[in-house]
Amino acid sequence: MKTIAILLLCIASISNIAISRTVMVGASHIDKTIRSGIINANAHDTLLVETGIYHEHNLVIDKPIVVIGINHPIIEGEHKYENVSIKADSVTFSGFSIRNSGISSIVDYAGIKIHNRHHVIIVNNILEDCFFGIYSQYSVNCIIKNNKLIAHQEQEQQSGNGIHCWKSDSLQIVGNTITGHRDGIYFEFVTNSIIWRNVSFGNIRYGLHFMFSNSDTYAANVFEKNGAGVAVMFSKKVKMYHNYFIENWGDASYGILLKEISDSYIDGNYFERNTSGIFLEGVSRVEMYNNDFTENGWGLKIQASCMEIVLKNNNFRGNTFDVGTNGSLVLNTFENNYWDKYEGYDLNKDKIGDIPYRPVSMFSMVVEKNPPAMMLFRSLITTLMDRSEKVIPSLTPEQLKDNHPLMKPLRL
Amino acid sequence: MIKIIKYILLDILRNKMVLGYAVFLFAITFTVFSLEDSTQKGLLSMLNLVLFIVPLVSVIFSTIYVYNSSEFIELLVSQPLKRSRIWLSIFVGLAGALSLAFFAGAGLPMLFYEPSATGLMLLLMGLLISVIFVAIAMLAAVHTRDKAKGIGFAILLWIYFSLLFDGLVLFLLFQFADYPLEKAMIGISALNPIDLGRILVLLKMDVSALMGYTGAVFKEFYGTDKGLIVSLSVMVLWIALPLLYSLKKFNRKDL
Repeated sequence: MKTIAILLLCIASISNIAISRTVMVGASHIDKTIRSGIINANAHDTLLVETGIYHEHNLVIDKPIVVIGINHPIIEGEHKYENVSIKADSVTFSGFSIRNSGISSIVDYAGIKIHNRHHVIIVNNILEDCFFGIYSQYSVNCIIKNNKLIAHQEQEQQSGNGIHCWKSDSLQIVGNTITGHRDGIYFEFVTNSIIWRNVSFGNIRYGLHFMFSNSDTYAANVFEKNGAGVAVMFSKKVKMYHNYFIENWGDASYGILLKEISDSYIDGNYFERNTSGIFLEGVSRVEMYNNDFTENGWGLKIQASCMEIVLKNNNFRGNTFDVGTNGSLVLNTFENNYWDKYEGYDLNKDKIGDIPYRPVSMFSMVVEKNPPAMMLFRSLITTLMDRSEKVIPSLTPEQLKDNHPLMKPLRL
Repeated sequence: MIKIIKYILLDILRNKMVLGYAVFLFAITFTVFSLEDSTQKGLLSMLNLVLFIVPLVSVIFSTIYVYNSSEFIELLVSQPLKRSRIWLSIFVGLAGALSLAFFAGAGLPMLFYEPSATGLMLLLMGLLISVIFVAIAMLAAVHTRDKAKGIGFAILLWIYFSLLFDGLVLFLLFQFADYPLEKAMIGISALNPIDLGRILVLLKMDVSALMGYTGAVFKEFYGTDKGLIVSLSVMVLWIALPLLYSLKKFNRKDL
């Protein structure tokens, strides 16, 4: 009985392959539009679309088919429509150039939108001047890979997010390039997903905006020159590995803004030339290992509302201020970091400094309380204040110190 | 006039102290850049040097020199020469000699190790501050006949500009913490050439930190070409005003 069943299954699968066809779409074929191609296609067919400009209004893919563009055929949205709506499971959509989606303050028009589906694959598309780029709502197990999203809006209201994911699960966002959108990648209520090897730069607001999304990982991404850096908020179990955060400049701009994050890991990231490398507020149980903070205004701004944060084996080099804080309560651990401003000695030559290093300078506390005091930065009086504070700490938190600072920078 | 300048310049350059100053600057600059592992740190030490040592040496040396050449000045006055010419020649001689010493001592190694925008700005500020404090010293020297008093006054001015002024600013900042002081700070910074010089260098050095709100206000003003021209003009005013005032005093002074 069992063997017969397997045999039947095999036959079924073979016959299935036998029926699936390839439908050609293009000016020289019967199907001149992608829409008619989809009507003529059966489930699991492949649609090959030849190069050209297609005015499809709102193209709805409602069958589980593979749609492939040859040499990036253009799907034009005429600034009025949602270019592609995917309303079937297991759709693969690749190799298109998608332009000029509608812009609306009521409807979230997107270049490509996945409506409550699973196993959708979107690869190798180029999206230009779309309101939202790729929009995933209630979708599961989807792959968004190697797409290029470019927008040129200047105002937040006129621009949507590059890759917008809402209430989704198990997504893979890999190797996309996003620029000029409102938020490069937007995650809200997305779980068990990975964001890997994306480049998000020059977006109006955040390079990555991440809220209420638990158990996600983002690794090896580059976030550069975004209006407000990267924000990761109200989430648990987030893993942030080997990302680059570069040149996010502005008073409210951070390499990463962490707010209400718990049980997370920040490892091997690289923060360079940001106004603040990491800003932490209400963060608990986060481990930060092997990160590199170079030439930031503030390497780390850690509010007194944070607890059980472990900072170990990080490099702090050339930052104007290594650590800034706003209170005297310290419930975090600083251990074995390299600080280039450390002036201690190492008598027993174990490469660990013998006296503790206090990364919070008196002047950074003064500036925190009274920002215009920045004018006096590096003046004799502030240097004297810092010196005397080092001898007798009064304003800076007594407990905020690295008891075992490293003498040499780590190779990261 | 050129003859007097030449004579004063040669006289100062023959003076061992200026030579020593140049050698000292050279040694420090060289050590700072070869000892520190990053040029960033080297520049920082240089900034401290330019902001404290240079004005100090400049102000004290100039005051002493003016007092020591009082007999020479009396001699010149008895000649058919305009008083303003004599005074300006002394100024040009002093300013030229000290700037030359700074350029040879600190400027050359700095250009060698750090020919970046920050390095060049630091060099420019060093030269300007040298000259500004010569002018301030001459004002102090013309003020009183008593040498000890004059030198004391010059040192007091140096302490005021490098320490007391910033203390006052800090005090004001905390007294008026409830008010938006960012823009006012730009005006206040113009009241102290050392602060002005420091901010101009920091705008090149600590760019990231200055991208915060207050910093952005500074950056918006000083960072533009217009702001740079305005602040350099203010520095020039800092040379011109004390000099002209001292000149006015010297013209009427009973020697």
